[in-house]
Amino acid sequence: MTTTLTRPAVPKSAERKSREARRRFSGSAATTLTWLLAFVFFAPVIWLVMTAFKQESVAASNPPVFFFVPTLDQFAAVLGNGAGAYFLNSLIATGVSTVFVVLLAVPAAYAVSIRPVKKTQDVLFFFISTKMLPVVAVIMPIYVIAGQIKALDNIWTLVVLYTAMNLPIAVWMMRSFFQEVPSEVLEAAAMDGAGLIKTLRTILMPMVTPGLAATALICVIFAWNEFFFALNLTAANAATVPVFLVSQMTSEGLFLAKLSAASVLASLPVVIAGWVAQKQLVRGLSMGAVK
Amino acid sequence: MATTLVDRHNLKHHQLKDTPKGISKAEGWRRRGPLLPALVFTIIVTQLPFLVTIWYSLRNWNLLRPDGNKFTGLQNYADIFLDSTFRSSAVNSIVITLGCVFLAMVLGIIFALLLDRKFRGQGVVRTMLITPFLIMPVAGATLWSVSMLNPSFGLVNWVISLVGIPPVDWTAQHPIVSILMALVWQWTPFTMLLVLAGLQSQPKDVLEAAQIDGAGWTKTFLWVTLPALRRYIELGVLLGTIYVVNTFDQIYLMTAGGPGTASANLPFYIYQRAFLGFDIGQAAAMGVVVVIATIIIATFALRLIFRSFDTKD
Repeated sequence: MTTTLTRPAVPKSAERKSREARRRFSGSAATTLTWLLAFVFFAPVIWLVMTAFKQESVAASNPPVFFFVPTLDQFAAVLGNGAGAYFLNSLIATGVSTVFVVLLAVPAAYAVSIRPVKKTQDVLFFFISTKMLPVVAVIMPIYVIAGQIKALDNIWTLVVLYTAMNLPIAVWMMRSFFQEVPSEVLEAAAMDGAGLIKTLRTILMPMVTPGLAATALICVIFAWNEFFFALNLTAANAATVPVFLVSQMTSEGLFLAKLSAASVLASLPVVIAGWVAQKQLVRGLSMGAVK
Repeated sequence: MATTLVDRHNLKHHQLKDTPKGISKAEGWRRRGPLLPALVFTIIVTQLPFLVTIWYSLRNWNLLRPDGNKFTGLQNYADIFLDSTFRSSAVNSIVITLGCVFLAMVLGIIFALLLDRKFRGQGVVRTMLITPFLIMPVAGATLWSVSMLNPSFGLVNWVISLVGIPPVDWTAQHPIVSILMALVWQWTPFTMLLVLAGLQSQPKDVLEAAQIDGAGWTKTFLWVTLPALRRYIELGVLLGTIYVVNTFDQIYLMTAGGPGTASANLPFYIYQRAFLGFDIGQAAAMGVVVVIATIIIATFALRLIFRSFDTKD
């Protein structure tokens, strides 16, 4: 890797001191730079939250106003605008699809890790390849078929689609967690004659609970934020939060502050979940490849 | 925190140990059993509609024309190759995807390097940096198109006015740049987290050895850190591409593919043909072409993915 030259590193004390000082200086410079960049990168979020607490006329002023009397008017307006029904739809679509994903993915992951089927590699290949297929290529038949079976504008249609959308990721993730279970534990269980259900319930699941939480978190993020299916397949009854957000953009009048308040409310659940579970996030996003 | 690319040996290990050549038929089905519900469900929901798409693509079917819906063979495909908007959308897809993944990766590496040190407020800074990924994409897109990039009261124009640059009508004059801003902002946390995991898995003694050898920061980065990060960067590029290539929200909300079709990517253009033009046959054929292209690219990409998951160093 590196050329390892042997040079005993015993610098004179004065030299060491100056090097130390330089390092401390560059360290604090790096810290300042880090904070500065983080602030710039985070600024749109701050701006979004600030705008949500403004009156419309203040929100759309030029130059921008940084000091103002905060108001909850916009939040009240958003909630009074029937946001509840959309949140309920999102909650159902996200919650139920995540439960389905877990119920389907855990046994499937078991079958590609602990007691693998013959063509494990092909199965994994198939699951991940469905994530690569562009959604637009299947939206028309889904739309037409859903229309024929009267499933348009129905929250269960979204539940089914979100389950299919997240299932491949969940299978990959759960597989990576199962593979960390020491094989001795499983051998011992097999000796005791424990079947699939019993092994899963009493031995595997307790050991991979953090993994299950990471998997569920990723499914929740993607389902909660999904827009394309919701836009095309729902209308008045089953529309979810992203669709509601878009409806806040009206062509007439000022809507910026209200839109910002709605954005804050819409993003809050996932932002808090992600903040709390930062460690799980990276593993989930890499489908289990990175711990 | 011991961080490694999982699996690598695990998969091989398990297979060698657990899949003897001649497992009995009954045992084979017992192993397949738990897999079948997920597999059958995925095939029904993702593969069957695609077969129907192929069927639609061979028909001349516009929902606005009641006399339509007859078999036309490959006419729709022939039309695609004469459609210059399809070509420009394909180019936009490539530009947006590669541009976003590249810029997000560069920024992600910078942020990860800065975060991979002990300093006051490390946790707070990391929390701030991952937040854009957690903001609902629809909210992020409207935040950028309205609050940040609006020509008259957007924050970006105010900032550049401080250094004397005249206001810019971002989404009209530079639609793709605007979309990239929102996308890179959203995806940088993703690459940052992957690279950070890679950095933290670096054995510290190697770094110390390099330092004792008198290697400067640049040398250490280029010859020690970067090679060690290679798999993580590859993984980030691949997964990032999978996610970003299907971008729809930002384009729909920020530019609606405009001005004209200047910033439409393939998902948006196909959506337009299907749901605004009601040209099912034509849109289906485009979908099929995109899928074929994806399969070709994915065959290479998947090989790379399996390498990052399975191979030993």
